[in-house]
Amino acid sequence: MEERQSKSRKEQNITVESERGPFFRWLDRRTGIDSLLRSALDEPIPGGASLAYVFGSGLLFLFLSQVITGVFLALYYVPSADHAHTTIAYITKEVTAGSFIRSIHAYGSSAIVIVLLLHITQTFLYGSYKGKRELLWLAGCVLFALMLGMSFTGYLLPWDQKAFFATTVGTNILSEIPLVGNALKSLLRGGTEMGTLTLSRFFVLHVFMIPAFIFAGVAAHVYLFRKAGAAGPIQGDAATLEQTTEAFYPRQVLFDIVFALLIICGLGLLAHFAPTELGPKANPADTQYVPRPEWYYIPVFQWLKYWEGALAIIGILVIPGFVALLFVALPFLDRRPERRPWKRPVAVTIYAVIFIGLGVLGGLSHRNDLRDPAVASQLAKQHEDVESFMKTPFEPELSGSSLAAANVALADPLAAKGKDIFEQQACNACHGDAGVGTAAAPKLIGVGAKYSSEKLQALLKQPNSKMTAGGMPATDLKDEDMKALVAYVRSLK
Amino acid sequence: MPQINTGSSAGFPPARGGPIPSAARRSFLGVLLAAGAASVGALLSVPLLRFVLHPLLRITTPLSWSEVGRVEEFSTSASPFKKLITVEQRDGWRKIVSERAVYVIKQADGQFAVLSSICPHLGCSVAWRTENNEFLCPCHGGRFAPDGKRLGGPPPRGLDRLESRVEEGMLKVHYQYFRQLVPDKEIIA
Repeated sequence: MEERQSKSRKEQNITVESERGPFFRWLDRRTGIDSLLRSALDEPIPGGASLAYVFGSGLLFLFLSQVITGVFLALYYVPSADHAHTTIAYITKEVTAGSFIRSIHAYGSSAIVIVLLLHITQTFLYGSYKGKRELLWLAGCVLFALMLGMSFTGYLLPWDQKAFFATTVGTNILSEIPLVGNALKSLLRGGTEMGTLTLSRFFVLHVFMIPAFIFAGVAAHVYLFRKAGAAGPIQGDAATLEQTTEAFYPRQVLFDIVFALLIICGLGLLAHFAPTELGPKANPADTQYVPRPEWYYIPVFQWLKYWEGALAIIGILVIPGFVALLFVALPFLDRRPERRPWKRPVAVTIYAVIFIGLGVLGGLSHRNDLRDPAVASQLAKQHEDVESFMKTPFEPELSGSSLAAANVALADPLAAKGKDIFEQQACNACHGDAGVGTAAAPKLIGVGAKYSSEKLQALLKQPNSKMTAGGMPATDLKDEDMKALVAYVRSLK
Repeated sequence: MPQINTGSSAGFPPARGGPIPSAARRSFLGVLLAAGAASVGALLSVPLLRFVLHPLLRITTPLSWSEVGRVEEFSTSASPFKKLITVEQRDGWRKIVSERAVYVIKQADGQFAVLSSICPHLGCSVAWRTENNEFLCPCHGGRFAPDGKRLGGPPPRGLDRLESRVEEGMLKVHYQYFRQLVPDKEIIA
């Protein structure tokens, strides 16, 4: 059979080779693109193409969309506690198509979670993890974990109230881990408290480290999938399936493209008509704020409420750890070749219980929020704050080296008078405004720490040889003006 | 292709190349798909392009007028009057506020004019010398008349006049920078 297949491919090759243009033949001789395309597109799918198989390629499509929109967002984003919120507000409120692209990126993360759950459910129900596919499943589990890491780290980056407090709670969970918990939390935060170093760490994880692992994980996952072959339908006799076997191209490719189009249309409509909002800047001093994580973390958030004190370790670590281990070890535990879900009641029941359980927890969380009047009113107020922040026009951030900062130093009237003298004597011509320095002369900021007032006065009256060589003239001023000038120069910081 | 021994009707069917549509049909479909994907891709890249081009398509530094002071302040003074003005500039998502020195002069017709204090030679700040009744650049000795005309020294032209207007008794100026070392005034920012 293999022989027949390779023979038919060879024949195919000849016909294609002759009907392709000269450029394609030129390219093929140098790159082998023809056989690459062939092996990519002729992947056999037992039982034929199916809409049930679109989720994997849908995830790949979404991941690429996140990479592209993410790279573009980085054109304007600055990962620092001082500027992160301003730059996201700038993207959202001012940059052309900024709100749209940010929304595609933010909703894209939710879309990935949804399609990932569909992908896992399809794989589980079809028993597609069976039959020498343990490593394929493991690679998928690693990708699942990496994706959760992406959504967790990405959530903090806008540095608004929601982001700050949800991440405060999220990182606090780590301290429940015995022995190393607090060390881990500090490592992730870059300190004991949330701050600008936390943001840097989350940024580096979100845009450099986790994506690198995801690329590697996707490569491994796709390679292992091609190595194992498509699993095909859950039942049917060998002869029928063989007859209905179809190549990946064209029908499955078409299905995959249609699914990708559906995803991008859905995201585009959402992004256009209900763009992602941005709340007011994070205020760590706010003690009233009620944080809520992204919707897909709500069930876990609710679950954690039930575990207190000595039992916390069981709820936070032991049970989730056990469920995760069960999930990862699935292809090793379930060795039967049986793939039909109705013949695998135990596995399917456990899967259903976990999913229904998560759904119920999410519902409970929502109900609790509605029933507690204090929480409900605070959540409503937070929602209003977000709405009103979104309505205010973008306010550019005053640069730190600006006038306002410089004027703080001039509370001293003597220094303020000195500033006028500094201008009149045209000291700023060479030493720059506010003594920042120019190509012609060094900066004066910080000289106050190096020289006493008397020494400065002496140097101004009679510059040393190095100063004279640089073009510094002697300053001839009345005593009181000289004092004021020295006071001003010493105030420069 | 790996074969899995599944025994019963459940499990994995043997895989093979399967019926391959005719080459002509496949390549027609290929062209159709490629064209479709290319046009959708082009459509999707429109917002990305607009996003990237934002700083180029929008003037990020809008014309901003700075207040110099009330006209009464300058009416009494016959010689050029030095004034510090606050200039606000937009730089993407931030704004830079800086102080610039300008000279207010009263012209023969009684109208005010505002001069930049930046020397058109190499950009030093020129100072007004009442005793000589002229502007003097402390760097290389450029000299200018009270109305800004060049009197002597290396500067290639006189002091630059800034666009100004009086609004409800308030003198306002549009602060700009000009290229140095050229004989004609040329705006650079």
